[in-house]
Amino acid sequence: MTVAPSLSNGAVDAASISVAADRPELSFGKRGPSPAERARSVLLRLLGLTVSIVLVLFIVGPLVWLAIGAFAKTWNAPSLLPQAWTLSWWKIVFAQPELGHSFWLSLRFAVSATALATVICLPAAYAIGRRRFPGRRVVLIGLFATNAFPKMGLFTSIATLFYSLNLMGTGLGVVIIQLLGTIVTMVWLPAAAFASVSPSMLDAARDAGAGPVRTFARITLPQAIPGIAVALILAFLACFDEAQGTYLIGSPTYITMPTQMYTLVDNYPAPAAAVFAIVLTIPSILLLLLVRRHILGGHLAEGFQIK
Amino acid sequence: MSTPRRAANPDATAPGLQLEGIAKILGGRTIVDHLDLAVDKGELVCLLGPSGCGKTTTLRMIGGFLQPDAGRLQIDGIDYTHAKPERRPTATVFQNYALWPHMTVSKNIAFGLAVRRMTKAQIKEKTDWALDLLGLQHHRDSMPARISGGEQQRVALARALVLEPEVLLMDEPLSNLDAQLRVQVRETIREIQQRLGITTVFVTHDQEEALSIADRVAVMSGGRIQQLAPPAELYRLPRTKFVAGFIGTMNVFESGPVAGSIPFTGGGSLPCASFSGRRGNSCWVRPEDIQLTDAGAPGTGRAVVLRVIPRGHYREVLLQSHGTALRAFSDDDPQPEQVVGVRATRALVYSDDLLVEDEESVVAEQESAGENSRSTASAGGSEKYRSA
Repeated sequence: MTVAPSLSNGAVDAASISVAADRPELSFGKRGPSPAERARSVLLRLLGLTVSIVLVLFIVGPLVWLAIGAFAKTWNAPSLLPQAWTLSWWKIVFAQPELGHSFWLSLRFAVSATALATVICLPAAYAIGRRRFPGRRVVLIGLFATNAFPKMGLFTSIATLFYSLNLMGTGLGVVIIQLLGTIVTMVWLPAAAFASVSPSMLDAARDAGAGPVRTFARITLPQAIPGIAVALILAFLACFDEAQGTYLIGSPTYITMPTQMYTLVDNYPAPAAAVFAIVLTIPSILLLLLVRRHILGGHLAEGFQIK
Repeated sequence: MSTPRRAANPDATAPGLQLEGIAKILGGRTIVDHLDLAVDKGELVCLLGPSGCGKTTTLRMIGGFLQPDAGRLQIDGIDYTHAKPERRPTATVFQNYALWPHMTVSKNIAFGLAVRRMTKAQIKEKTDWALDLLGLQHHRDSMPARISGGEQQRVALARALVLEPEVLLMDEPLSNLDAQLRVQVRETIREIQQRLGITTVFVTHDQEEALSIADRVAVMSGGRIQQLAPPAELYRLPRTKFVAGFIGTMNVFESGPVAGSIPFTGGGSLPCASFSGRRGNSCWVRPEDIQLTDAGAPGTGRAVVLRVIPRGHYREVLLQSHGTALRAFSDDDPQPEQVVGVRATRALVYSDDLLVEDEESVVAEQESAGENSRSTASAGGSEKYRSA
């Protein structure tokens, strides 16, 4: 909820800025602004344009480089485009016998970890978002602990624990390690979403005769859905891309796509990794396209605001 | 709650809503202090008071959103003191409307009916009734965020009315609307409330709103009801200084009546034709009860006009008499710096905090009034203008 509206609002802002920038031109014939005014508006527009270009380059640039790199045969430093093109990297990557298997493995782990995170984290998020209990702040801050330490150090000590629990090299172990990384997202975002449901709306539901359970199902949950959906997407993508922990706990039995990329980066030149990176991006892009209409389009977020 | 409105009434003589000794303490502070209130069936009572006087807390206890720490609450003679909100025959219109933003207007209205397991046909019939009642048919499929504030307000009212509550509760329902719309919606609310004959408690901090919509107004302060009276009586005879100061405008004089006039602290006095009581230590006079006459007319004091503010069909005249500031509402049109005669037609006398009210209001003896006011005619005092 917090992420999506800001994205959509950004788009709206950009549109309104460009409209505002056009306006002086429209009124030009009528009144004619002073040269100083004109110079200032031109300067502002140039500044805006520069910032937009830099931003676009910063975000899209590496992706473009990746896309071109995936088709490069030879590509030497000063040149902007490769000297020779090839599809051979794609052949190499798709010739990997484990590719399909590791893709499904990634998907299965990511779905299981996200589902488990939903079951564990959403009730916690509800409690944190809507209830006041002793130690609430501590819990909230404590959740950050998993992200505060260097991942590899944390995973190593977890590995020691997993050895004694016989979880090393098991699917459950991988799911748990992926789950750990999603907890902050899956608690904080839904907690904020639950908290943002106005108490008077819940009072109104009780007033209309709904008990606590129905009030939650019909009023609280539907309004928190956008926030929960964003958290789910972020959690799923984080699990899908998780490499370090999965590698440490799962290999050699479970090789997911991200861990397989490590091997590829080691064994093949950079372009092969570029191809792999693009393949790895596909689920994210599909997912974003799928939810774009509902979340990034701002339909939900917009419809949920009452002045 | 699931029964039709006036059918399941065990005691026809019981008031629609009765609070007895209701108290609430929040965070160590007494918010509502053993409050008693009886609202007749079909009556609209306004809880009026400044913020923090306990009016909203009282309303929330009637709605069941807060549990009273003491006292008893009855609706139509049935005890609901500790019932949950969903088990009460009350419906609330919230200050911010609290419409559910993910449901259309008609879904918002139908929610409570669906909870009651009515059939689809029944739900549609009742929803249509509510939509028609408030002129919302064209918005039945709109999302609440897409309609105007006034329309949102009407949806909130429709959503409450469709539940056919025994008691309708309204928590400052008009405070989010602009002035013009507020008057319009106010009329709508009153008209519908009277047509349906629904017992209503209406919370507001706007005295004009309270006086124009209510059958009776309960002025609250410090968690207690200072006075519960019909609007006209509340305005004419405010029982306490607090009510007198809260309702309308007042000229306040810190002394009791002396020989048919109100003495000023700086010398001089204001002759007055009638007092609410004989003995007291302060006199309060409404601006419309101060009359302007020609200077030196018998039975008047002397005053200088400081400012004249046009108020449409009347003028607000700021005067000064012997260093004491006066405010009058007048149909005349005096000029600034003009010397005029002033007298009061009616004064409320308070002893400490309470209104002194003799059997018959005391008609002043006229003889001593004239000489008092003529004696000291220094018009240019420095005392700041003071209003009640």
